[in-house]
Amino acid sequence: MSRIALRGVSKFFGNIPVLKDIDLDIASGEFCVFVGPSGCGKSTLLRLLAGLEEVSAGEIEIDGLLVNQLPPAQRNVAMVFQSYALYPHMSVYQNMAFGLQHRKLAAGEIEQRIAGAVRILQLDGLLQRRPRELSGGQRQRVAIARAIVRQPKVFLFDEPLSNLDAALRVQTRLEIARLHRALGSASMVYVTHDQVEAMTLADRIVLLQPLAGRTDALSVAQSGPPLDLYHHPANRFVAGFIGSPAMNFVEATVKSLCHPGVAVDVLGTIWDARVSSRGLMPGEAVTLGIRPEHVLLGQGTQRARVSHVERLGELSHVYLELPGSGTALLAKSPRDDIATDELLPFDLPPQAMHLFRSDGVAQARYAAQQPADPAHSAFP
Amino acid sequence: MSGLTEAREAPAASPRRQAPGRRRFPRGRIGYWAASLLFVFVSVFPLLYALSSSFKQGAGLFSPTLWPAAPTLANYSGVFAEQPFAQNLLNSLLVAGCVVALSLGLSLMAAWAFGRVQFRGRGLLLMLILSASMLPQVAVLSGMFELVRFFGLYDSLGALVIADLVLTLPFTVWVLVTFVRQLPKELEEAAAMDGVGVLTLVFRVFMPLLWPAMVATGLLAFIAAWNEFLFALTFTLSTEARTVPVAIALISTASGFELPWGRIMAASVIVTLPLVALVVVFQRRIVAGLSAGAVKG
Repeated sequence: MSRIALRGVSKFFGNIPVLKDIDLDIASGEFCVFVGPSGCGKSTLLRLLAGLEEVSAGEIEIDGLLVNQLPPAQRNVAMVFQSYALYPHMSVYQNMAFGLQHRKLAAGEIEQRIAGAVRILQLDGLLQRRPRELSGGQRQRVAIARAIVRQPKVFLFDEPLSNLDAALRVQTRLEIARLHRALGSASMVYVTHDQVEAMTLADRIVLLQPLAGRTDALSVAQSGPPLDLYHHPANRFVAGFIGSPAMNFVEATVKSLCHPGVAVDVLGTIWDARVSSRGLMPGEAVTLGIRPEHVLLGQGTQRARVSHVERLGELSHVYLELPGSGTALLAKSPRDDIATDELLPFDLPPQAMHLFRSDGVAQARYAAQQPADPAHSAFP
Repeated sequence: MSGLTEAREAPAASPRRQAPGRRRFPRGRIGYWAASLLFVFVSVFPLLYALSSSFKQGAGLFSPTLWPAAPTLANYSGVFAEQPFAQNLLNSLLVAGCVVALSLGLSLMAAWAFGRVQFRGRGLLLMLILSASMLPQVAVLSGMFELVRFFGLYDSLGALVIADLVLTLPFTVWVLVTFVRQLPKELEEAAAMDGVGVLTLVFRVFMPLLWPAMVATGLLAFIAAWNEFLFALTFTLSTEARTVPVAIALISTASGFELPWGRIMAASVIVTLPLVALVVVFQRRIVAGLSAGAVKG
């Protein structure tokens, strides 16, 4: 059992709010990823859990125990730092043993735990080396091993892959996922700015948004399973952050409310969106959103000029110039023979549309999966 | 000592001067070597002259040749035979050793506090510590004397240890604070996650990392304590409690009417040798210590 509960947690640096009113439950054994752009406070939230920073308001419970006042070592958590923070003057073995010796564990127990961690992370033969004699990937594994030997209830990872090169990052990502399965009951909280890491590792994503001095916004933009955030973003911020390349946004006005769905007017063209019409009025200004992978090329009645093409090999990014507007619509296409200035027919399927009101809140979508638990989403 | 550092710097500076001109010895290069030689000669000459005089005796002492006409070791044996010079050497070693150990231990803890703990008046306190080293020794002498008397340490080595700390601590604290600030914050946080206390953090995590800086500052503290004269002269009375700088100054003949230059020079050479040896042994560490941290922690 290692449930984490945050109740109304806020953090101020001086007068500047960094995190505001965070309510969060992380279930035992859950892999929870904090993700968000720079300055959203995701690392600060992790450090609040670790006890390296004190909360300004609110309560943090780990396993039903209020830990606000407890020093890091007594919270039963282990942290893997972005810079690894291995003790440079100690061997790999000493790095792992240091904290355990300090907790006065029996020598045999320490040996046993380290042997276990060495087996899991394949550190055989490295035990007597100093950190500077290790490669980046090996240091990362030692840092994880140092966390494992403490047998904590909660693992905290602070952007652990950001110092690795691309190939190693993919490999270590798989290792962390494997580790999570192997360790079973321990919860993992993982901070990253990389949405691929977030989507692939998480049982649950907590997407944080920067407050940037605003007092009306909450820190958690949306929290839920990765595919929920992808298919049912609660607001424009989430829709724009999850997915790569980012979702297309087009200004539009509500033309009429049909059932089921909404007809919107984009520069004189009427498009259908299969979203809830609740609360909308004809004539209201809204934002239409559609992901590049959902724009259909080569079919439909509308035509647009191709202003630019990026060929990535497996697919191409096609920039369409919407007639009568300066905004480009990005589409993904498997074709690699599309030329610039070509006039292409395209279609925006109604079930792929997202619709956001002027305050950024999304209209519920009928398509794809069931919407996320509304309790997990919060916006103004 | 300055000769040693000079010798290290010379080869490093030379290659970049060679490229533009075709001539092997451009004028600037000759001037550079001439200036270097002059500098080395001026800094080493007093030591050479002391070395040479220590092997001379009688009237030979008053001939200015560098090479003694009849070299003798009599001065060296005389130093140990006619006064408790071995005792004085031991005293100096004890005092300097204690000063180094105490000032490093104290300043390491102070450096952690000044470098890492936020508290009110930190900057002011740091300035105060630095300003303590600005006072000339004479200015604190009488106050220090009262203090020494109060603790009942007059004419004992303890008095010198305390007094010398006044000289070394400001410097060691300041240097180590700079180095502690350069240590990555994550290390301290990792230690906090491991649940270690402050003393373990300072002495088992920080100290090994600051080792080059500790060696450099410790060596300078050792030299300061080893050479210290004014406090040693004031706070000791008996021959047995003297340290070497005072002992050398007070070397006299039985008659008391002439200065035994040969023995004074021999004693000076004996006192200088440990310092030279220390610097040679730790030279690499000093250079590393004073420049480390700038590049990589």
